[in-house]
Amino acid sequence: MSTATATHDDHHDHGPAKGLMRWVTTTNHKDIGTLYLLFALVMFFVGGAMAMVIRAELFQPGMQVVDPQFFNSMTTVHALVMIFGAVMPAFTGLANWLIPMMIGAPDMALPRMNNFSFWILPFAFTLLLSTFFMAGGGPAAGWTLYPPLSLQMGDGFPFMIFALHLAGISSIMGSINIVVTILNMRAPGMTLMKMPLFVWTWLITAYLLIATMPVLAGAITMLLTDKFAGTSFFSAAGGGDPVMYQHIFWFFGHPEVYILILPAFGIISAIVPTFARKPLFGYSSMVYATASIAFLSFIVWAHHMFTVGMPVVAELFFMYATMMIAVPTGVKVFNWVSTMWKGAMTFETPMLFAIGFIIMFTIGGFSGLMLAIAPADFQYHDTYFVVAHFHYVLVTGAVYSIMAAAYYWLPKWTGNMYDEKLGKMHFWISTISVNVLFFPQHFLGLAGMPRRIPDYAVQFTDWNVISSVGGFVFGVSQLMFAYIVFKCIRGGDKATDQVWEGAKGLEWTLPSPPPYHTFTEAPQVK
Amino acid sequence: MKAIHKLAGAVTASLGTIVTSAHADFALNMREGVTETSKSVYDLHMTIFWVCCVIGVVVFGAMIYSIINHRKSKGAVAAQFHESTTMEILWTVVPIVILVSMAVPATTTLLAMEDTSNADMSIKVTGIQWKWKYDYVDGEGAGVSFVSSLHPKHNEARLLGANADLTEFGDEYLLDVDNPLVIPTGQKIRFLLTAADVIHAWWVPDFGWKKDAIPGFINEAWTKVDEPGVYRGQCAELCGKDHGFMPIVVVAKSPEDYSKWVAEQQAAARAVEASAEREWNMDELMAKGEQVYTTNCAACHQANGQGLPPAFPPIAGSAIASGDANAHISLVLNGKPGTAMAAYRDILDDASLAAVLTFQRNSWGNAASTVQPADVKAAR
Repeated sequence: MSTATATHDDHHDHGPAKGLMRWVTTTNHKDIGTLYLLFALVMFFVGGAMAMVIRAELFQPGMQVVDPQFFNSMTTVHALVMIFGAVMPAFTGLANWLIPMMIGAPDMALPRMNNFSFWILPFAFTLLLSTFFMAGGGPAAGWTLYPPLSLQMGDGFPFMIFALHLAGISSIMGSINIVVTILNMRAPGMTLMKMPLFVWTWLITAYLLIATMPVLAGAITMLLTDKFAGTSFFSAAGGGDPVMYQHIFWFFGHPEVYILILPAFGIISAIVPTFARKPLFGYSSMVYATASIAFLSFIVWAHHMFTVGMPVVAELFFMYATMMIAVPTGVKVFNWVSTMWKGAMTFETPMLFAIGFIIMFTIGGFSGLMLAIAPADFQYHDTYFVVAHFHYVLVTGAVYSIMAAAYYWLPKWTGNMYDEKLGKMHFWISTISVNVLFFPQHFLGLAGMPRRIPDYAVQFTDWNVISSVGGFVFGVSQLMFAYIVFKCIRGGDKATDQVWEGAKGLEWTLPSPPPYHTFTEAPQVK
Repeated sequence: MKAIHKLAGAVTASLGTIVTSAHADFALNMREGVTETSKSVYDLHMTIFWVCCVIGVVVFGAMIYSIINHRKSKGAVAAQFHESTTMEILWTVVPIVILVSMAVPATTTLLAMEDTSNADMSIKVTGIQWKWKYDYVDGEGAGVSFVSSLHPKHNEARLLGANADLTEFGDEYLLDVDNPLVIPTGQKIRFLLTAADVIHAWWVPDFGWKKDAIPGFINEAWTKVDEPGVYRGQCAELCGKDHGFMPIVVVAKSPEDYSKWVAEQQAAARAVEASAEREWNMDELMAKGEQVYTTNCAACHQANGQGLPPAFPPIAGSAIASGDANAHISLVLNGKPGTAMAAYRDILDDASLAAVLTFQRNSWGNAASTVQPADVKAAR
């Protein structure tokens, strides 16, 4: 008995295991956070390479680089990889690293499940990408997989569905872990309304994931049985309805959009007060606004389908509900601006990305408000205007927040400061090129260029050339980010515990880098 | 390497186009269009755009002022305020008022757009991978029916590596068809939209709307064009490989010209029907067959009959195209469910089907029986 206890105690003094097996068998939230973040970075470049193929083909009218079928699979898999492989795992990685340190917990509540939910992902995406080498090629029906078109896919079809199921299972497990950790493992005194907003936004995001991922799973399983088991859920010939798939898909899909942006709100709400050296304006209204957005996300799904021919009453309902989302989202933007107001600001790289986020996410919000107006949407729908809209909210929104978070917490994670000069350069090159890339796409859409086409009428050439040039520069400049992160991991000026002058919160009370196990004794929160 | 080389060439060429282009192609805004609907949609678009601009100026203005003046390097000392109920209420209520004032005109326009009652005539639009079929349901054109595909010249120019000179197409590249839809001016036309295989969307920007064409269901929409003219658009819902190559051309004609056009169409239809009654000789079948093949089959099965396996199998040397004629006829008439192979039953007439089948059975080394229009008729 006594030897067993001694061995057990001994275990706590260990650092991490050595070698590859450390990463395979780890149950440590910091290791798993690192794995998630590195996986997301790799997927960001995989998805980015596909975007480069798309922009190369659209560089000029006429078909030069790839055939139309392959082009369609590029747009499809680019979206699937970026959404499920890059942005979502990056946010989960941040949650793993930060939530225990922010609420004063020693680790995630369910560490073995944590390991499992990460290690599913590399298999899921290997499976997804392997469909390119199967008869019939990769998925090419758009990331929304609308039937009957998606059912025309070749041999890779069941593999793609299985890959999405795996990614969904991983997300659900990750979310359960986050909910359980936040609700059970807060340090004494850390009441819900004292939690940092990043923790709050992730708590709400996790509930959205748990509620909607099974809906996606249901929809794609029905696709599977329609293809192989003779059911006709989505085939009118057998009494089904192809539009029903769209309703089910977007009941998942619209909350999914907020899954991709709510954690970003949390990150920006952490960074802006630090560099304005002023507390966040309207903390409780931020929490309520997040909850309202999450609620509204469940009752606006059909605004993605205004053109399917719904009854006019349904169109009116979804138009009004969608316009309502502008209110809580506006509250957030106003609160960030008020936080900056009369602060004492400095503009290190994380703050630059945060300000970039606020401005460009708001531009994406404006085009979103325009898209909500159903009669106008009959013109905008399925054009490059929509492509511009969702890239403003997802690239200069979600991705910018992840970049901001990486720069903000890297010194804490590694103990080294990143190269500030390179970081600022990365920000400015990215911000200029990303606008050259996506802003002209508004014009293309309004002028009448549909999305998901590999070739276009010559009058669309000029803006496409400019957009492609912006795309190539933006794509290449992200290699800088990888280099900066790598350099920071290897070494650099030593970071202090607080790192940033204005930083407040439990994670900044820990040493930089934090020891392998932190808060084994819970801190007291006043 | 070759691709990179091509890309480099394309970069130089395109930058050259931008610099030298004489007419301004840098279009920025939505077009007003030619119908009452499209004009009210345009007005809504401009209103909401300016609303966003004003909000943007206020919010970004405050932010930029703060960024310039409230910085530590200028000796700013951070205030510590962190809430204001008055402000919170203000910036919740003001947006709601703005939104309600936007919702009113949007609702009016939407109700008008969705009111398809009291139409003067109806046209059924069927989306097919990758072409449109138009059936005139009632009115003087009742019974007129034809398929509209990408113009053959454009179809050649858009092939991978064609390196065609696209400037000769002007602003119509990929926006021209073999048989345009013709409508009379000044009449309310109701469109009944459906599809044969996957979901498509029918969109002519000048009319101000798009609507999905869904297999097994019928959607309604309407337009009323007052000015004669040619209006172009294209499919707006991803529908497979050649989604980018199924344009829409609508020609609006004065009622008199429209009547003339209808008479021509009806005469042509009678001629086609008559031609199916007689025996065709080999040369006739092969000549017409090649034409039909280029428009309907070559996109997938390729001009050389080799297809793009495995998705699109070769016809050259295939068992079906060199075997029993009835199996071949049946496959083309009924399509192959679960694949992109469409049912041509309602797309092509007997003579065209007989011709294209004969062409497939006697080209690229295939040498099998000919098919007569009567054989197709019998198999229907």
